[in-house]
Amino acid sequence: MSYTFLQNYWWFLIALLGGLLVFLMFVQGANLHLGNRKLSDLQKRMILNSTGRKWELTFTTLVTFGGAFFASFPLFYSTSFGGAYWVWVLILVTFVFQAVSYEFQNKKENLIGSQAFRVFLMVNGFLAPFLIGTTVGTFFTGSDFTVNKVAITDSAAPVISTWGNGWHGLEAVGQFHAVLLGLSLLFLTAILGALYILNNVEDATVCGQMRRSIKLNALPFLACFLGWLAILLLREGYAVDGAGVVSLERYKYLHNFLQMPAVLVLFLTGVVLVLLGLYQGAFSKSLKGIWPAGIGTVLVVMAVFFVAGFNGTAYYPSCTDLQSSLTIRNSSSSRFTLQVMFWVSLLIPFVVAYIAYAWHQMDRKKITPGEITGTPHKY
Amino acid sequence: MDVIVWSRIQFAMTAAYHWLFVPLTLGLALVMAVMETLYVIRKDEFWKKTAQYWMKLFAINFAVGIATGIILEFEFGTNWSNYSWFVGDMFGAPLAIEGILAFFMEATFFAVMFFGWERVSKRFHLASTWLTGIGASISAFWILVANGWMQNPVGTTFNPDTVRSEMASAQAFWEVVSNPVAISKFFHAITSGWVTGGVFVVGISCWYLLKKRQQKFAKASILVGSIVGIIGSGAVMLSGDASGIHAAEFQPMKLAAAEGLQDGGRRAAFTIVPGIKIPGMLSILATHDLDGYVPGINDILNGYTDNECNVIPSVAEKMQRGRMALDALAQYRALKDSEPEAAAAARAILDENVQYMGYGHLEKPEDVVPPVGVVFWAFRFMIGLGMLLLLEMLVLGWLAWKDRLSDKKWLLIAALCCIPLVYICGQSGWVVAEVGRQPWTIQGLLPVNVAISSLSVGAVKTTFFLFLAIFTLFLAIEIRIMIGAIRKGPETENE
Repeated sequence: MSYTFLQNYWWFLIALLGGLLVFLMFVQGANLHLGNRKLSDLQKRMILNSTGRKWELTFTTLVTFGGAFFASFPLFYSTSFGGAYWVWVLILVTFVFQAVSYEFQNKKENLIGSQAFRVFLMVNGFLAPFLIGTTVGTFFTGSDFTVNKVAITDSAAPVISTWGNGWHGLEAVGQFHAVLLGLSLLFLTAILGALYILNNVEDATVCGQMRRSIKLNALPFLACFLGWLAILLLREGYAVDGAGVVSLERYKYLHNFLQMPAVLVLFLTGVVLVLLGLYQGAFSKSLKGIWPAGIGTVLVVMAVFFVAGFNGTAYYPSCTDLQSSLTIRNSSSSRFTLQVMFWVSLLIPFVVAYIAYAWHQMDRKKITPGEITGTPHKY
Repeated sequence: MDVIVWSRIQFAMTAAYHWLFVPLTLGLALVMAVMETLYVIRKDEFWKKTAQYWMKLFAINFAVGIATGIILEFEFGTNWSNYSWFVGDMFGAPLAIEGILAFFMEATFFAVMFFGWERVSKRFHLASTWLTGIGASISAFWILVANGWMQNPVGTTFNPDTVRSEMASAQAFWEVVSNPVAISKFFHAITSGWVTGGVFVVGISCWYLLKKRQQKFAKASILVGSIVGIIGSGAVMLSGDASGIHAAEFQPMKLAAAEGLQDGGRRAAFTIVPGIKIPGMLSILATHDLDGYVPGINDILNGYTDNECNVIPSVAEKMQRGRMALDALAQYRALKDSEPEAAAAARAILDENVQYMGYGHLEKPEDVVPPVGVVFWAFRFMIGLGMLLLLEMLVLGWLAWKDRLSDKKWLLIAALCCIPLVYICGQSGWVVAEVGRQPWTIQGLLPVNVAISSLSVGAVKTTFFLFLAIFTLFLAIEIRIMIGAIRKGPETENE
């Protein structure tokens, strides 16, 4: 296995994990419905108990996504997490609150009341997809950082990756193009959440509200996503040549789609599947829209990551110093580490298989009002 | 205080909070898996309800452990950015493997364990309970492989082109995985979790006996809890012995600080408390040889000859050679494209001194001495409390077995009081391990002052107080909910 193959393989896995993470953020999207006033407390608890059996998968995928970035592209981990400090801290804080909210929200000794924990879940449902989407948006707009590896020889100022402004990543919220991706993700997860609840909860009112929600979120999602895509295809991109020199190239991302037809097909297939799921959820009686929409989401996100990093592209560009931009080649782990992890990654299908089996076993019966009022094991 | 100190305080606080929840997860996972196994084998509903009760407490604790854990993982990047780059090639792999192999196992089977009683078969449920605990243990293994590597960085080589520690070969990964420090740390940490679980279960069960409630449940739980705790304590002592040997070999300064040993020598005495010593005992513990040489703090600062007759240079000499390595690295980087011959000469100097490169960042030799008082007393708290807790479980387990426990009121109260002690014991252990290795993030390679991110003091202070407030709130809520659940009690018959 060549070093180049291993680097590309790990970028592929990062893309796959990113895709799975966005799909699994149906948990966040579904929790946005906890604020729906047309749902009774019992119906909201049905939603909570539905997402409550999946939230750990989303959480774990996020942690593994971070861990995989650390292991395979450590310069991204050190530059982005250490630099875009406030964005990552905000994202993490919302997930931290989410982690305890399921267990604590329905306990009368929880000090701050059930409603507070439901608000935490909704804040996580809103901020996590928006901020993660906006941060991924900076993969195309660029960020304000420099990388100087020799700095480590200077004990007085040893930090290799330094951020150029005091906003430490929050400035991305002011970048229109990045924000469009953040909003796209927010509306998409709301749709995925509604599709998931439709499939997992047996209650006519809940299902009616989910179909309504899909219709309501479809238009802003399509507007934001198509707007983001149009700007992406027309904007300058960060190209990197064989010697590792980064330069700006007009229509770089459009070129990437055209020069990597397989990625284009992947992207278009994903878009069609998302639209199919959306149609099934909003306009048909089908309850299975989550599956085409979910698979479509994974494919689209993977294609977006491929366009960001493959075909001679700097995936984490610096707009302060072009040559500080991170590429798959200059930011990855060593060949041996990637090789060891390659063998470990062969276990992923086994992991996916047992998750699928457990998921199937747990979801054979839908969540009903009787389950919430009857069994002792519930949130 | 500067950004280095605040970053250290923040990381220490996060790790300390995380370690409040993890050991109970590890210990309760084993206790409830044993109980559910008894239910499946004996087909006795009593054991099912007993297991379900401890599962309820497990779930309350598990959630906060996850919440603190995610902050800990990402703080490597947010607050220790140089560290992340410098060691990502070595440290990241165990972390990623932990995610792929352990986290998903825990996450998937926790949901089945908690919600699946009426949804999956009895055997699948039992397997899920065991797999939740096994997942947590695998997770502990990989994070301790990473931690063990920080204490004893094996299988690595410094690459001046990328400016980081890299895996020396594909086989080097096995050196990292089988690192003796990692193995002993894993067993020490995981079995200390069993002790925590055992002490917790025994203590809570004694409260029911005091209140004369659910006595059958309480006695059965004390038996299972004390057996788990006693086995855990035995394993903790064995792995602790191995940890002492490894500290003497790889981190002699940590051992010297833990003993408050200024001047070492052969037949070194072990200090129980200041003024009370056992002659020769430290040599035996550190080298398994009465005549083994144990260096003191001054010996390490000034240089000494170890038990294998290796001459260990003074810290001042290491610092000098470290600075030569840093200068050579800067020169090599500046000249490698323009003047290959000069770059090769710089590379040779670098290679010759690279093992001391981390020392080049120190200001004075005394920087390698950790806070001796903190490490010394933490070590004594850990050992003293560990012995006390073993005694507690032996006595309670025996009396529960003989069914002579219910009328020993003072003993029941003492068992309840042991619950906070097991946490102090566990925290003290980590203080020894982590404060004792200061100033190094990676032993000998990367001191804390070079491992940081480029952040303002204000930013780190803000997140420190933010996390402190969040974790403290969660802890308060967890304790309150647990007390509520304990008061409510299990659903077993009140006999």
